[in-house]
Amino acid sequence: MATKRVPFWQREKYTPYLLLLPAFLILMFVVLLPLLFSLYTSFTGYRLIRPESLYDWVGLRNYRRIFTDGDFWSAFGRTILFLTIALNLEFLLGLGIALLINKITWGQRTLRTIMMFPMMFSPILVGYQFKFVFNDNIGILNNALYALGLSDGAIAWLVDKYLAMFAIIFAEVWMSTSVFAILLLAGLFAMPRDPLEAAKVDGCNSWQVFRHITLPFLMPFVFIAMTIRSLDVARAYDIVDVMTGGGPAGRTELLWTMIARTGYDNARMGQANAMAYVSILLSIAFTYYFFTKLLAARKYMGGAE
Amino acid sequence: MAEITLTNIVKNYGKLEVVHGINLDIAHNEFVVLVGPSGCGKSTTLRMIAGLEDITGGTVSIGDVVVNDLPPRKRNISMVFQNYALYPHMSVRENLGFGLKIAKQDEATIIKRVDEAADILGLDELMDRTPAELSGGQRQRVAMGRAIVRHPEAFLFDEPLSNLDAKLRVQMRTEIKKLHQKVKTTVVYVTHDQVEAMTLADRIVVMKDGYIEQVGTPMDVFNNPVNTFVASFIGSPPMNLLPATIKGKNIVFADDKSLPVPVRLTGLVRDGQEVVFGLRPDDLTPVGHGIAESGDGAKVTLDIVLSELLGTETILYTSIAGQEAQGKMFGPRIVAPGETLEFDVAMDKAHLFDAATGKSVRVE
Ligand SMILES: Nc1ncnc2c1ncn2[C@@H]1O[C@H](COP(=O)(O)OP(=O)(O)OP(=O)(O)O)[C@@H](O)[C@H]1O
Ligand SMILES: [Mg+2]
Repeated sequence: MATKRVPFWQREKYTPYLLLLPAFLILMFVVLLPLLFSLYTSFTGYRLIRPESLYDWVGLRNYRRIFTDGDFWSAFGRTILFLTIALNLEFLLGLGIALLINKITWGQRTLRTIMMFPMMFSPILVGYQFKFVFNDNIGILNNALYALGLSDGAIAWLVDKYLAMFAIIFAEVWMSTSVFAILLLAGLFAMPRDPLEAAKVDGCNSWQVFRHITLPFLMPFVFIAMTIRSLDVARAYDIVDVMTGGGPAGRTELLWTMIARTGYDNARMGQANAMAYVSILLSIAFTYYFFTKLLAARKYMGGAE
Repeated sequence: MAEITLTNIVKNYGKLEVVHGINLDIAHNEFVVLVGPSGCGKSTTLRMIAGLEDITGGTVSIGDVVVNDLPPRKRNISMVFQNYALYPHMSVRENLGFGLKIAKQDEATIIKRVDEAADILGLDELMDRTPAELSGGQRQRVAMGRAIVRHPEAFLFDEPLSNLDAKLRVQMRTEIKKLHQKVKTTVVYVTHDQVEAMTLADRIVVMKDGYIEQVGTPMDVFNNPVNTFVASFIGSPPMNLLPATIKGKNIVFADDKSLPVPVRLTGLVRDGQEVVFGLRPDDLTPVGHGIAESGDGAKVTLDIVLSELLGTETILYTSIAGQEAQGKMFGPRIVAPGETLEFDVAMDKAHLFDAATGKSVRVE
């Protein structure tokens, strides 16, 4: 007795794959292909204005070039510096704000909402806003300093290399501290009260309670915030581009402003993509680092409360 | 090691007063149990002693020091919490040693005391685990260990056993008792379980709605409850409380049946007084099934509604003057519902309370 063979797409063991196929195809076209394509171009001398250069295979030349390029390494180092300073400042300020808001009993909701305002603006607008604030002639900051008699001339906030970096970090911190504050506040809300009281009875003063009990409990939340924010800051572009455009003389150049300039202004897409790959590796490294920390900090938080 | 004195302690939460001027002297090395129904202010009182709650009025002193304005860390007390409150990110060893580390004890002392405590509580094998890796009973033991390593002036327990299952609770109760015999210290222990109170306490403090109803040894509170609340709260099954009226030398119930006024209470009641007659189920036993023959006895005949076998004894549900009442049958036999039995009433153990005030006629 011969049964007719069922066509393979009707066989049960293929059904899950069949159902996953659309998602798989979409992911492939939208993410994987462009990724592979850009990886390929990073090995070519591809220039936007000369499409035929797409087939101009140059092997590792782009990588060799950027690895020996002092400007690239400066931007690389600056990005890490920027990331480190901004994240730490945001963490400390966010922690402070969260602790204060956690203390007050009245108007907490309102404050929480107000706290989120900076996050509601587009980074471009924040950039323009701070470009105005820090402007040396018409800037509100210089005017204020002058009116208060604290300075007698125009301070070139966005031109001096240290001050420009400071200004950018300031804008970044202003915009994103609330991410930390909100996540840490959520952590404080979730914190059980008993261990705090036990620690007080065990002889801790307020600082010791914070240091030995509250902070370890908050660490998983800190690392979640760090993971999110490190991805965010590592790709910082808009604020910097608007405020200084990477200037003066490339002194506030970060990886992505450099990549955008190389790719679009100078049309050297191949090299830009090589840089982008290095930058992505940097992001992955940070994410991996914080994620490991997060897992370690979370381990003991299961079960016992 | 010290005595604790509460003088006119008042606690307000906003406008709401929840503890109304409590006075209590706790002696050196005494085991005092605060017991009462949920919401009566036991935890609040304990937390005021610990310093975790502000004291609205009155004074708390530990030793000779008024501690009202001292933070918990300066009171030299240890507390065991209902939810254990272990530090989740520290190992058992670190949990135990934390208080000593904060007190800047040297390493050798910390190790010695931690090992000592681990030994007493049988924690040796668990020292490197985190709280998440312990069972409820083990966590409870760690919480107690953390309290004893510091050699405090007093231990405060807030319902430490209420999260454990019945069997473990009984076991831990015994361990706490043993612990107190080993580590002589003043203990204030909060529970709403009257059995825990009876078994652990040197003295029981019965609380209700922010007031102390009675203070006394377990025997005293059990045998001489000062009012109907204490009478019904302490003892299981609870004391039968039946409304009645005094007529001459008799206690007359609603159905006109009567019992003689117990000899020890004659002269304490007036003719015509509305009373509540209190009798523990243990003192209402079928003839031949009591514990001891009562000198001042009386006999009643009652119908059985229901019986509950407990093994060594059987609880008999019956009704007296239309009110449900319980008796006990020791050395039991099977009793069928509807059976009629003759009961011994141990009148020398019976209580009379004034119906209006609820107070025992002996304290009025
Ligand atoms: N933070 C608070 N704010 C307002 N009222 C409170 C607060 N804490 C406790 N109370 C009230 O104080 C009273 C006493 O509470 P407490 O916790 O001392 O009761 P308890 O005797 O320990 O009860 P339980 O056996 O349920 O633990 C309760 O009526 C409670 O509602
Ligand atoms: Mg309580």
